[in-house]
Amino acid sequence: MKMIINTELCQGHNRCYALAPDLVDIDDLGYASHKGDGTVPPGREEAARLAADNCPEEAITIIED
Amino acid sequence: MAHTEPVEDWCRDYDIFDPGYIRDPFPIWDRLRDECPIAHSDRWGGSWLPTRYSDIHAIAHDPTRFSSDEITVAPLEGGPADGVKAPPITSDPPEHTWARRLILPAFAPRAVEAYRDYTVALCGELIDGFIDRGRADAASDYAQQIPPRVIAHLLGVPPEMSDEFTEWVRGVLELGLTDPDIRMKYRAILMDFLWAQVNDRKANPRDDLITRLLQSEVDGQPVPDTHVVGTCNLILIAGIDTTWSSIGAALWHLARNPSDRARLVADPGLIPTAVEELLRAYSPVTMARVVTADTEVNGCPMKKGDRVLMSFPAANRDPEVFPDADRVVIDRARNRHVAFGVGIHRCAGSNLARMEMQIALETWLDRIPEFELADPESVTWAGGQVRGPRECEVVFR
Ligand code: HEM
Repeated sequence: MKMIINTELCQGHNRCYALAPDLVDIDDLGYASHKGDGTVPPGREEAARLAADNCPEEAITIIED
Repeated sequence: MAHTEPVEDWCRDYDIFDPGYIRDPFPIWDRLRDECPIAHSDRWGGSWLPTRYSDIHAIAHDPTRFSSDEITVAPLEGGPADGVKAPPITSDPPEHTWARRLILPAFAPRAVEAYRDYTVALCGELIDGFIDRGRADAASDYAQQIPPRVIAHLLGVPPEMSDEFTEWVRGVLELGLTDPDIRMKYRAILMDFLWAQVNDRKANPRDDLITRLLQSEVDGQPVPDTHVVGTCNLILIAGIDTTWSSIGAALWHLARNPSDRARLVADPGLIPTAVEELLRAYSPVTMARVVTADTEVNGCPMKKGDRVLMSFPAANRDPEVFPDADRVVIDRARNRHVAFGVGIHRCAGSNLARMEMQIALETWLDRIPEFELADPESVTWAGGQVRGPRECEVVFR
């Protein structure tokens, strides 16, 4: 699974960071990007889905394997 | 409290200061969402009121057609002529972009962690002050006391002044909303205070946010002093009534719902999720936009200069988006609420506000796990721009 954050849409709500801090990088202004190439480690799939489903900007896409 | 005529037709003649609406707007939004999703009224300067999540979401993402030039829900004739606005909340792009970038670093997740210990200690001291009495006003003795002190700390102004801040902010945002004299009086007090703070930092720079704003540059030019005063004015105003209202509404809910309370006491790890749900269900903040050119939203014709009330609270009760929208589901896991707005004006203080709410609830529930309303009839609410309980006496058990 991959979790991809569209940084054009991100407005820095930080909901994804609260739910899946291990999958998200936050810059100095508070905007988010996915770590690395967005690959979700085994066992963190539900956290990634929650991050996507709580984003008020719908900026996060989940790509299932 | 504003004087209002009774409302018969909510679709064509709503009144956001109607006492019944302030106390319980939820059934009114439900009806409007079904019958007339974008209501209109000539009262209080005239405005449109969208009530569906999708319409509010779309308008918030369209700053070209919907400007933030006038964001108060009840504008006053002959507003302030001092040239000080409240950037970035009153800015449109391109000014908005740099005005927002100036303040975001102070409110990023890591930055607000610096205020955590202070907030924990503050909440503990407030509770020490009333726990032996066996009762307290959850709104005025607790919720109201937290945000002004945290903001004072952040801006680098004396925390002893927090009672005055609260009075000034209520003067501008609550009591002054429908009374020009009160609004201008408190605005003048706030402006004098902020200009004195700014002039002081210019003479004696310190390690605080006001100094950093004064030292910032945009396109190689120093940021004008009027801009810094406006931004500090915004931070002071935006961070106080709002957060206080959310903490108060959360405690009001928990006082009336023993099963939710018991769950959070047994499992404090659920508090961050519960905070999102309480923010959704009791969102405090409504903002306005001004239409920049004749247009249409979902079949509803709007004219240039019309005002639109962005009822984020109504959006958050839309059953199209939230199953069981009118029920507080304390462990709701999927919750795309817009209590902090959405789009380019997303609340810059949202990380700070969440931290304050989480600590306020954690500390209260740890020390006072059992409490209930002293008298449900005596709870009072403020509404308009910011909705929340103003008197909420609870007894501990
Ligand atoms: C629970 C508490 C709070 C709520 C519900 C809330 C809500 C909001 C909302 C809905 C907006 C969007 C306005 C719009 O779209 O026109 C906003 C903007 C803003 N808020 Fe908050 N707020 C809260 C706390 C705070 C705090 C603690 C601060 C700062 C200390 C703050 C600072 C700001 C600023 C600076 C903006 C303007 C952002 C921009 O225009 O780019 N807020 N807030």
